[in-house]
Amino acid sequence: MPAPAQHRIIFQHIDEPGYSNDIDCYLRNGGYEVLKKAVTQKPEDLREEVKKSGLRGRGGAGFPCGFKWSLVDRKSGKPIYLIVNADESEPGTFKDRYIMHQDPHQLIEGTMISCFANDVKQAYIYIRGEMPEGARILEKAIAEARAKNLVGPNILGTGYSCEIFVHRGAGAYICGEETGLIESLEGKRANPRIKPPYFPAVLGLYQCPTIVNNVETLCHVKYIVQHGGAEYAKIGTPGNTGTRIFCVSGHVQRPGYYEFPAGTITMGQLLNDVCGGPLPGRTFKAVIPGGSSAKVLRFGERYKGKRKVGTDMVDYDWGVEDVPMDFDSLAMIGSMGGSGGVIVMDDSVNMVEALANINAFYQHESCGQCTPCREGSLWMKKISSRMVHGEARKEDAALLKSVADQIPGRTICAFGEACSWPTQSFLIKFKDEFEGYAEAKKNLPADRLSLV
Amino acid sequence: MSTTTSSPSVNLKPETLARIDEVITHYPVKRSATLPLLHLIQEDAGYISEDAILWIAQKLELQPINVLEVVTFYPMFRRAPIGRRHIKVCRTLSCALLGGYKTCENFQKEFNTTLGATSPDGEVTVDFVECLASCGTAPVVLIDETLHEKVDAAKVKQISAQIRAEAAARK
Repeated sequence: MPAPAQHRIIFQHIDEPGYSNDIDCYLRNGGYEVLKKAVTQKPEDLREEVKKSGLRGRGGAGFPCGFKWSLVDRKSGKPIYLIVNADESEPGTFKDRYIMHQDPHQLIEGTMISCFANDVKQAYIYIRGEMPEGARILEKAIAEARAKNLVGPNILGTGYSCEIFVHRGAGAYICGEETGLIESLEGKRANPRIKPPYFPAVLGLYQCPTIVNNVETLCHVKYIVQHGGAEYAKIGTPGNTGTRIFCVSGHVQRPGYYEFPAGTITMGQLLNDVCGGPLPGRTFKAVIPGGSSAKVLRFGERYKGKRKVGTDMVDYDWGVEDVPMDFDSLAMIGSMGGSGGVIVMDDSVNMVEALANINAFYQHESCGQCTPCREGSLWMKKISSRMVHGEARKEDAALLKSVADQIPGRTICAFGEACSWPTQSFLIKFKDEFEGYAEAKKNLPADRLSLV
Repeated sequence: MSTTTSSPSVNLKPETLARIDEVITHYPVKRSATLPLLHLIQEDAGYISEDAILWIAQKLELQPINVLEVVTFYPMFRRAPIGRRHIKVCRTLSCALLGGYKTCENFQKEFNTTLGATSPDGEVTVDFVECLASCGTAPVVLIDETLHEKVDAAKVKQISAQIRAEAAARK
């Protein structure tokens, strides 16, 4: 079956010739009309639309946005903050970059609507430090919107006031974790907070109720308020509504970003029809479907079980190519849709070397406050790097796996899972390659691409 | 770290000082301005000196350790000067799969330097950094504040020649 057509609602104007990131261009294309309509409605009605839409967060966890908003403590008397998580840092993910660089007003409009819906008077956009240009573009866009009375005091004469400031990170991946991000915004090391009690909806920024939403999620909110939650829910599939942006990188002919109704495209359609298949003379070997912490899938393996279709339970028997690219299907086969970052590896890649690359990333990024993660990520890196650059032993496979198995569930934040899932899944699916690496290494071409 | 009572000396441009005073007003709690101040000072002075840490601590009514612990946590802040241009090559998987390590090696050769070190002429520092969130155009390189995409061997040569030309024009 050929791939469905792209359905661009968030990326509608990305790469459109003549479309620029200034407010005049945005206004010419109908910009801020949704905000103007939103501020005449009741905030609780807007929240209800978002709930009805079934929107799930696009940062990685897929947590229902309307539900997240419903957890906010509105009775505390403390101010409510909204933080835009623009720390896009999960390896393989590169969608928010294009929204912020090419269509920043879409984000600002979505943010202002979400602030109004939640009675927020102060929002911060936490953008990663490595995007200085993005930060400048956003600051300029906010100033333009302020000049037109769309941000700031007494917005559009309604009596509602809300400020947005841009806050730059400084190169730490853990700031994408929402409580780490809050610590960072408070001017501290980004050590994630323990939950309970520090659920951001109750005890977030400055111990006040706080909403943290991903850039893309807030753009979806704008679309939902424009068209209504029920209308939005018609896009995609039940439980996986709206569109999803896939960021494809690695060994395909046409890497890039592609937006489809959620759950309507399979991995095979995405990689073969949309991205043009493997590079000439190569075959696909493995794919990481949702950012580098998602568990790897091996081409050739089968996934079998029962799943719910409508009200019926039906059997499924899928190869990697058959898996629908939605949150639930990917979770069902033991991986995750995460942030939509799809990293493809072909048969030229040695999996020990690929894992050594990933392990070096997670070791570098562990915040260090929980021992299993700090020490475990370090040892996984040391062992896998030694296998590549020094002596590799057959028993390293089991050793790596045993270190990885001792981390998840024993840490304050989900980084413990994120850093151990690659090792666990690589070791289960490519065990032969790890056990045989010492021998295989002798025959690998000396001029092969370094991965670590 | 010394805790002298005398005023730490930082020699900042007037516009940096103005931006520092402005950015502090963005937050209900002064401490939140720690990262913005470190960015502004590093952009002005090139690195974070001991005096800069003491100065920020005074400015934000913090203990110097509160600032130092932030400097040592975040990879973008540095305690010593680097070359005039900062070449940051993405090391992470998607870029590595398309030759990121080779790109990094080629930049080091072009400027006769090693990873993390500054070239003998003081012009560039070459570093590896983790994922720059532009994996679809791998391998990518951030030079100062500009992102360069699909940086293969030919593009390394071209970018390096341009950096050398700009350096020569300054002399």
